[in-house]
Amino acid sequence: MAKPRAQLLQGNEAIALGALAAGCNFFAGYPITPASEITERMSREMPARGYPFIQMEDEIASIGCCIGGSLAGKKVMTATSGPGFSLMQENLGYACIAEVPLVVVNVMRGGPSTGLPTNVAQGDVQQARWGTHGDHPAIVLCPATVAQCYELTITAFNWAERFRTPVVLLSDEVVAHMREKVVLPEPHEIEVIDRRQPTVPPDWYVPYKTDGSLIPQLANLGEGYRYHVTGLVHDERGFPTRRADEVEPFYNRLFGKISRHFADLERVKAYQLDDAEMVIIAYGCTARAAAAAVRIGRERGLKVGMLQLMSIWPFPRRPVEEALTGKRLALVPELNMGQISREVKRVNDGRTQVLRHGKMDGSMITPDEILGRLREAK
Amino acid sequence: MSEKQAQALGRVETRLAGSGGQGLLLAGLVLAEAAGLYDGREVAMVQSYGPEARGGASKAEVIISDQAIDYPLCTRVDLFLALTQEAADAYCWDLKPNAWIIVDSDLVSHPPSSKAVRLPFTAAARDKLKKPMVANVVALGAIAEITGVISRRGLEKALLARVPAGTEALNKKALALGAKLARDAAGQAPSEGQATAHTEDM
Amino acid sequence: MPPVHRSVVYDWLRHDKKFPHVWCPGCGLGILLGSLLRSLVESGLDKNQVVLVSGIGCSGRLPVYVDVNSVHTTHGRALTFATGIKLAKPELKVITVMGDGDATAIGGNHLIHAARRNLDITAIIVNNQTYGMTGGQYSPTTPLGAKATTAPYGHREPSFDISALSATAGASFVARSTVYHVTQLDQLLGQAIAKPGFGVVEVLSPCHTNFGRQNRLGSQVDMMKEFKRKGMRVERWRELPEGKRAESIPLGVLVDRDLPVFGQSYDRICDAASRRGEAGK
Repeated sequence: MAKPRAQLLQGNEAIALGALAAGCNFFAGYPITPASEITERMSREMPARGYPFIQMEDEIASIGCCIGGSLAGKKVMTATSGPGFSLMQENLGYACIAEVPLVVVNVMRGGPSTGLPTNVAQGDVQQARWGTHGDHPAIVLCPATVAQCYELTITAFNWAERFRTPVVLLSDEVVAHMREKVVLPEPHEIEVIDRRQPTVPPDWYVPYKTDGSLIPQLANLGEGYRYHVTGLVHDERGFPTRRADEVEPFYNRLFGKISRHFADLERVKAYQLDDAEMVIIAYGCTARAAAAAVRIGRERGLKVGMLQLMSIWPFPRRPVEEALTGKRLALVPELNMGQISREVKRVNDGRTQVLRHGKMDGSMITPDEILGRLREAK
Repeated sequence: MSEKQAQALGRVETRLAGSGGQGLLLAGLVLAEAAGLYDGREVAMVQSYGPEARGGASKAEVIISDQAIDYPLCTRVDLFLALTQEAADAYCWDLKPNAWIIVDSDLVSHPPSSKAVRLPFTAAARDKLKKPMVANVVALGAIAEITGVISRRGLEKALLARVPAGTEALNKKALALGAKLARDAAGQAPSEGQATAHTEDM
Repeated sequence: MPPVHRSVVYDWLRHDKKFPHVWCPGCGLGILLGSLLRSLVESGLDKNQVVLVSGIGCSGRLPVYVDVNSVHTTHGRALTFATGIKLAKPELKVITVMGDGDATAIGGNHLIHAARRNLDITAIIVNNQTYGMTGGQYSPTTPLGAKATTAPYGHREPSFDISALSATAGASFVARSTVYHVTQLDQLLGQAIAKPGFGVVEVLSPCHTNFGRQNRLGSQVDMMKEFKRKGMRVERWRELPEGKRAESIPLGVLVDRDLPVFGQSYDRICDAASRRGEAGK
């Protein structure tokens, strides 16, 4: 009998396989629970394909090494959890300002500091948005199933390459360690996007001059286009500048290349929202509890639906507004004290009552807790 | 069709508990792959992480369903296997009233319910197969026989795909032994769901 | 060897928008820049093949003037970026330029691990014994007792010997020179670039603006004369009696040894892994 095409896969393994499917050919990391399975899997897969894998001396070095690899033309990824993600923040900003494609996986566990290692939490949502210093755009994706771990890792690579920016995949301990039956797509079913390369000869090349997309066509190091890469604000040629008439357009372009494409960057999934009077807005493992609450609630006659956020930054404003429209009540369950509920409140036009359900005891929110909260609010 | 067999077609929450080193992660993986890959059902599995996986009470939970699985953890357990008293005590708080409870009769002297099926998995693995480490596989054989949550065929295929080469015969024997323990116990049981067996009966 | 003609060096500079440079008049970094360019030309490297990677500080501004692939990274992290570039494109010649605070304080962990790993990277560490760009605070190489803007009563910590640290951590090649001993510096940089594995060149350079002024060491010329007075070829220095050694600074090749280089051992791992993958099919 042929081996079944379906397989039982762990969330972290699915991220490693998704990265390979997206064309990842460079990995640097540092061990940390609950993300180590990604690094371990990559340590087996990369050498077998002749690609670089390295375990660096810390997370600062891991992301630095990835940025170097990406500048030299590789499709790179690193994986960590909260404490390591904190260490990566400075170079995450570097990747933003120097426009280096990069995928960073942060598998959330209880924090701050060493916090609750190996216990689930969703406390890094705002850190993923604002963790590095200075104002900057951010793209953050959030899987809730093993299949989404695979899909969204591919999306993360595609967006990192397309927009020339770091993309964070914000997983959590439950999704990371959970195993589910999945059928992975065939390679020809997967869309893979690679960064645009310069189309002009080196003599005409102005590295940060852009077309209407506002996304520069940066050459890979060592391919004849010698230019300067820096974490300083720079002019079109890549050289540091402090001239207001060059600084302002620089920032406008850095934000504009993301905000111009907001509509492409909104990924949500609606569950039974059509006739719902109440909506649960959830992401990551908490969306699993929310889906169960919808199922059980419907069995008991509650008109409840759910909107799962798969992209959380830029905040998917339009679909959330749509989901709130005409609803009596919105509930935002999350494993923190309200990091996404404040965003939902921000985009709410005031006609829907928005409640939060925060939990920080190291365990998952249960469907019963969500249903209890909905009952209370009735 | 009994009530329990009907239940098996919907969402079935199984919890395999014991101490680190008893092979419950492997048992969970085999159970999940048997149901998911060979019986064609949906499955989700979580396991305990951290120091407890290396001793103390540890567990693997497998949800089996014919529909897509939303909540991946156990909420009300349908099938509970306990291979130590500590695990039986620690993880029995959310069993359904009519859950299947299966325990190692030598290692669990006080099962969570008087209706528990008590079978000597570890002793049988040691005495009949001379390999106490396959007690987990013996238990899987019994689970398939007693509950029907997974097919015997699927279980055997999933198991043989997982175990190291060269141990296939041993593992098949362990499955068969588990099934036999369960059948023998049922034969002597006063009624379904109240089966008991004792080491000295083997 | 015949001196490299000035015009060749000129050819390796970036002339659009980049000059005059940011360094103080009399700074040693300009001398190092010239020395590095001569060594690159002498090594016969193509501009497209060379990647100059720097951290933050006065030395961090050096690569922007050179018409090669240049990467100005974050403070202390030049070696991590360089490691990624080298792993991604082993055919490139990767050279990092760091300061003493950059390489041995905030980046100290990366320095010792880069040396231990022995990846084929050349690390130039400019040691001016202070944080020059931020105004003269003490660094890991500030001498005991010296004044700094964060040590107004005199520095209370012993200092690092950058070369000894790099050698102990496992670098294949370690050398020291000063911006006074330019001919020697040209040669040592050339040797380090040619040597497979991790090569460190510690370059002593004066910061008269901050370190010199606070410690009453005179003008930049006085500080250069001090390098001349104290510098001694390491071969001669080793013959000095133990008690006399502290008065002089040993210059030249301190360590030159053949050790396994990271890239070569990794290639063997890839071969083994892909063979095992094929065997498993």
